[in-house]
Amino acid sequence: MYRYDKYDQAVVDARVDEFRDQTARRLAGQMTEDQFKPLRLKNGLYLQLHAYMLRVAIPYGTLNSTQMRKLAHIARTYDRGYGHFTTRQNIQYHWIKLQDAPDILAELATVEMHAIQTSGESIRNISADQYAGAAADEIEDPRAWAELIRQATTFHPEFSYLPRKFKIALIASPTDRAALRWHDLALRIVRNEAGEPGFEVFAGGGMGRTPFIAYPIRAFCPAEQIFSYIQAVLRVWNSHARRDNIHKQRMKILVHDLGHEEFTRQVEEAFAHILTLGTDFPRAEYERIAAYFAPPPFETGLSEEIDRSDPDFALWVDRQIAPHKAPGYAIVNVSLKRIGGIGGDITAEQMDAVADLAERYSFDDIRVSHAQNLVLPHVRKQDLYAVWQALDAAGLADVNLDLVTDIIACPGLDYCSLANARSIPIAQKIAQRFADPARQLELGELKIKISGCINACGHHHAGHIGILGVDRKGTENYQLLLGGSGAEDTSLAKITGPGFDENGIVDAVEKATDVYLRERTEGERFLDTYRRIGVEPFKEAIYG
Amino acid sequence: MAESPLRFRDDTPADEPAVTLDAFLDQQDAVSVRIEAGDDVRRLIPVLDRVKLVEIDFPRFRDGRGYSSARILREAGYKGELKATGDVLVDQVLFMRRCGFDSFAPDAPIDPAVLDAALKRYDYVYQTAADDAVPVWKLRHG
Amino acid sequence: MNILTGNDLATGDVIWWTGEGWSRHVEDAVDVGDQGESILEAETAARRVNSGYQIAGERDAQGKVRPAHIKDRIRALGPTVRLDLSLKPADPSVGNWVI
Repeated sequence: MYRYDKYDQAVVDARVDEFRDQTARRLAGQMTEDQFKPLRLKNGLYLQLHAYMLRVAIPYGTLNSTQMRKLAHIARTYDRGYGHFTTRQNIQYHWIKLQDAPDILAELATVEMHAIQTSGESIRNISADQYAGAAADEIEDPRAWAELIRQATTFHPEFSYLPRKFKIALIASPTDRAALRWHDLALRIVRNEAGEPGFEVFAGGGMGRTPFIAYPIRAFCPAEQIFSYIQAVLRVWNSHARRDNIHKQRMKILVHDLGHEEFTRQVEEAFAHILTLGTDFPRAEYERIAAYFAPPPFETGLSEEIDRSDPDFALWVDRQIAPHKAPGYAIVNVSLKRIGGIGGDITAEQMDAVADLAERYSFDDIRVSHAQNLVLPHVRKQDLYAVWQALDAAGLADVNLDLVTDIIACPGLDYCSLANARSIPIAQKIAQRFADPARQLELGELKIKISGCINACGHHHAGHIGILGVDRKGTENYQLLLGGSGAEDTSLAKITGPGFDENGIVDAVEKATDVYLRERTEGERFLDTYRRIGVEPFKEAIYG
Repeated sequence: MAESPLRFRDDTPADEPAVTLDAFLDQQDAVSVRIEAGDDVRRLIPVLDRVKLVEIDFPRFRDGRGYSSARILREAGYKGELKATGDVLVDQVLFMRRCGFDSFAPDAPIDPAVLDAALKRYDYVYQTAADDAVPVWKLRHG
Repeated sequence: MNILTGNDLATGDVIWWTGEGWSRHVEDAVDVGDQGESILEAETAARRVNSGYQIAGERDAQGKVRPAHIKDRIRALGPTVRLDLSLKPADPSVGNWVI
């Protein structure tokens, strides 16, 4: 993975110094909350229901054991012993004190971590494929470009007071594991006919109040010009977005208002101009960064055998392991979706356990997926049993990848001041209803995503089954949506009808799965059956 | 307006009051123009030669349109004074300088000591802008 | 009744206006009548509260203060899914009070 040089370190250290100064000015009354709020948001510090919440960046979802141990230390020392992995591959702490925040950022800086631009109207963390560098179907490791773009968009002087947040995602394979087209700017690494690398670009995606799927804005942008292109997109949006209504300021709204043709035209015009300024990073800089993402020294001649005599281990292998491009290796998916637990939450002890495993068995490499789980990307098949035993001892060996209990849920009204309803209890109730392992396997791939408010941090628009919590006359109410997808078959989930209370929504989900089991044909996932038969059979079953 | 505007230029300030963009384009002898946040600053490009002062307003500090307007002007070759007015806080001045602003008339006074610390805090920048700061990639590779 | 709540500036703790100062316990909240805005203005300026606001509350059958909206009851108590982290970890009935 990328390692800071003295310049990167100096930037992060200066940022800590700046934030320490800004916090001191706030605590001393030299700044009002109105003035301080955008500044603390630029460092990922929210004021939430119970305390301040700190969102630490995990660039493109990659970290090593040293960093994971530091995250564990922060959980223990400054929080209440746990953290929460998010749908943008970052980690959040929910019990932070403002007076500690500068020290926390200082500690993070010692392990090349930060909370820069993880909230506020900034260019946010770049999402990438959690299998990058390990998946067989990728063209190249997308994270080298993600790192280059991260640097280029850090403290960008023109784009630090944007109309709204700006989210970028980057993949390098036909399979989309990063919810690509749900982002403001989506990049897929491709090669042109001459074999030169570049990006297929999509623009204007986003969830929230008015969801949109990003549209194809450019079939091919030469790789070395991508920073110019990104600045062109940002300049058009920064200059022309509305600034009068916070709900209408995401780029997807401008794209919709101008229309694709006009938005593309303006971006191309700005792109042609910005290309003349020489802002792109030179090839040598890309190569310097890319060297950090060279494949690790995979061994050869390894055994492909997996001893399945332990039936629990065999079940775990069948579900949690993904194929690796290097012979003898496997990608390990670590479930953070314990039934009865809180999805995405991890204790400090568990973080240390994962760190140890990564260091010993995965070339010191850990990934976070946008589904709020972890990945050990490079594990020898002959080590899988030892890894599984350690995960099991740490409570991290649940067998549910992409199954009905692998639910994405935002923190919701239990933690978040923006929420209208609690989402975690709904996820827990659903998981408990469907807990039986055989039942989960029978249902197969079924992605349930739950948001506690219209901001859609739980990605409900992209759920095969989506659930949106709303406030109905002071009571929590839950709407059921069907048919969304955050994969390469991107689609927007549709609402089925009137909402339910917290028990009703679980029954409604169960009725929907009953319809699927009744109607499905060979090989169909829930999503496929829904797309084939439409919403009516589901509505009939749910509403009678 | 602030009691002591901040200025990073040596020349004599233009002493004509700034007129609106529409008025400026109409008045052939005007030299000072005021750009509101929603104005399209590219309309000035054909007449940049006669501009001595551009004021770009920030109605709320969260409204970042002025940063792009400033850069567009500098990229078009504008060398005159570029003043940020309005809701400008000390924490924005560094980015504004990088975008080409060389004077500031904030609504609320800016503490010079805090400003000085802010301007000196970052030794390195990652990207080129309208200033002459050398980006890190250039320091790495020469 | 009208009660005032907010967060402690330095720690982020949820706090409630007692009439004299700020308490971390909602039971100590008092009815501010129509004085809420002026109290908040003074207390915010003095940095004794951050992001304060007024909410409706009522007294339950035992006479204890209960915020009208579930969001503020969750703020008063803690996350319903981590009652071990709440202000009343030993009280098994506290989840019902929120909902």
